[in-house]
Amino acid sequence: MANIKLSAEKLDELKAVCKSFNNDKGELINVLHKAQGIFGYLPAEVQEVIAKELNISVAHVYGVVSFYSFFTMLPKGEHPVSICLGTACYVRGAEKVIDEFKRLLNINVGETTPDGKFSLACLRCVGACGLAPVVLVGEKVYGRVAPEGVKDIVAEYAK
Amino acid sequence: METIKLTIDNKVLEVAKGTTILKAAKKAGIHIPTLCYLHLHDLNIENKPAGCRVCVVEVAGRRNLAPACVTECTEGMVVNTHNIRVLNSRKTVLELILSDHPTDCLICAKNGNCELQTMAQEFGIRKLHYEGEQSTYREDTSPAIIRDVDKCIMCRRCEMMCNEVQTVGVLSAVNRGFMSVVAPAFEMNLDHSVCTYCGQCVAVCPTGALTEVDHTNSVIRALADPTKTVVVQTAPAVRAALGEEFGMEPGTLVTGKLAAALRRLGFNYVFDTDFAADLTIMEEGTELLDRLTRHLNGDKDVPLPILTSCCPGWVNFFEHQFPEMRDIPSTARSPQQMFGAIAKTYFADKINVKREDLVVVSIMPCLAKKFECQRDEFATNGNPDVDYSISTRELAHLIKQSNIEFNALPDEDFDNPLGESTGAAVIFGTTGGVIEAAVRTAYEVHTGKKLEKVDFEELRGMEYIREATIDFNGLPIRIGIAHGLGNARKLLQDIKDGKSEFHAIEIMACPGGCIGGGGQPLHHGDSSIIKARQKAIYQEDANKTIRKSHENPYIIQLYEEFLGKPLSEKSHHLLHTHYFDKSKDIKVVE
Repeated sequence: MANIKLSAEKLDELKAVCKSFNNDKGELINVLHKAQGIFGYLPAEVQEVIAKELNISVAHVYGVVSFYSFFTMLPKGEHPVSICLGTACYVRGAEKVIDEFKRLLNINVGETTPDGKFSLACLRCVGACGLAPVVLVGEKVYGRVAPEGVKDIVAEYAK
Repeated sequence: METIKLTIDNKVLEVAKGTTILKAAKKAGIHIPTLCYLHLHDLNIENKPAGCRVCVVEVAGRRNLAPACVTECTEGMVVNTHNIRVLNSRKTVLELILSDHPTDCLICAKNGNCELQTMAQEFGIRKLHYEGEQSTYREDTSPAIIRDVDKCIMCRRCEMMCNEVQTVGVLSAVNRGFMSVVAPAFEMNLDHSVCTYCGQCVAVCPTGALTEVDHTNSVIRALADPTKTVVVQTAPAVRAALGEEFGMEPGTLVTGKLAAALRRLGFNYVFDTDFAADLTIMEEGTELLDRLTRHLNGDKDVPLPILTSCCPGWVNFFEHQFPEMRDIPSTARSPQQMFGAIAKTYFADKINVKREDLVVVSIMPCLAKKFECQRDEFATNGNPDVDYSISTRELAHLIKQSNIEFNALPDEDFDNPLGESTGAAVIFGTTGGVIEAAVRTAYEVHTGKKLEKVDFEELRGMEYIREATIDFNGLPIRIGIAHGLGNARKLLQDIKDGKSEFHAIEIMACPGGCIGGGGQPLHHGDSSIIKARQKAIYQEDANKTIRKSHENPYIIQLYEEFLGKPLSEKSHHLLHTHYFDKSKDIKVVE
């Protein structure tokens, strides 16, 4: 596995996070949550540092990371695309919207485009059911998205 | 002691507070079936994730069935362990487990020795009512252990062994739901992980998910090759366990039959690793005295304690996890490797066979030995000192395949010169044995006096960490013993923190030592078997006429004819080694 390079600054930040939880192994999930906030994802190297700081095996850390769908080992794209799969969005055709994103970006859900621009994820209900189906790009919300409208959204960020 | 009264299957019993239904039932002679549960009583190891739900029982007044392995008895509890509701539930659980399990039992490595198979037979499963998707995963082959996760039933015994007992930390349940498997971090292969190949995961796996790499066929091919001279060495712990594979009582010594069987298999020379264990004592014992003398004379560059280095699982452990302390263990190679080095030089010359035409096979209670003999530093021009290492279990298969009626064999002796050994060598097979053997020789060499009693009871036993002080004629030598890598870790941490006061420490990776090794006949959770093997080992020692390594006449001859003296240049070259920093720590760089 190729080692990624963690900047000293971010590494210190990560260690400080562990310390803020008293390096308590019972706080693993909280530490992972914060770590994903720092790095955007949880590469193997970050998990190794956490294992060492909390004095637990890296297999155990990976066990938790791989269990919860919230945690990801893949870096998110510059523009993370999330499609709501809540009941309202689903019945109004969110799946077709996903298929169109997959086709246009040529990636699967959970993946990132090779140029690092876009990543694709699903989520459950953002509380905007009136606008179903809903798509988020970063923090921006798009409502009533039809499959035909997907290419315009992508074009907006593909510059 | 507070006690509780309860009724199990109409039997009224009284048990201590905190007793589980499973244990209470066992006391009453009722054996509730279990699958994931494992209790090695004499070693204080218990696995009870309550995952498989095979042990469920009905508790009057409770809505759902209770897993007997974790449910504690309460006052007045009424338990039924085999009514129709319980039986149906168990059967359903078992059928569901089987629905996601390959049915290639006939060609599975665990055929006939699989707890799932046995249970399916006992439950009379003849048809699977649930058909559905089966989970599939890649097979992972390392130098010693094969992981076939498709056969995993998620009992988590391996995880418990790897994490809690051994503290190696390689295995964890990963992913979720139907996709979940037991795997190393990032689902890397075992040979990329910090696995020590101790094989304790294999020793407790109820199914064929974890098995050893089988070298039986390589041995058969070597034996059939007329251009090869094939010699075999067999480790001390094998003779105290092999009989179990042929229906003998645990603790039956089969040394004579073992030698006879090996001869009938066609090995040209039937030798004994015990000979090399005596040799190990000569080298390691001398090194201990040398380091001790220099340290006590004020040479602070000489570190103490000295740690034994016979156990390859232990060597892997400190190379991975304590590489900064790799100058503390003895540099003496393990008996397996000493044997190989001597066989391919001294002995090959004696019988005038070229190194390349000599094949050395070892019979080991151990899976890490398979890895050890493949280490680069134990080969000359690509030719390994030990060609193949097979486990006690593999040897049993080989004997059965070769139509040898083991139980009817006469007792035979090992061949010479590499087959003669002392009582000190055979006790290498149990925790405490290596250090006792070393003490017997070191005492006499150091004091110049003859030991009146060679039995050092204070070094024996099954407690995980033991310590004793032996009086070397006014010089108190403090000795530590640990078995199980988790306990070794504790002693190592003490050394690291400067808190250790020992002069010498013996470490064996497996609980019980080699008698409980990962390559031994499966104990299926009955730890009294390991105790019986230990008793047998000490019995063999007591039966020997010579019980001190330095009195082995063939060892004396080996030094006279070939090596010179312990720690000589030739000894260093052939019998000693060095260790590597194999830490898998990531180098986090800017």
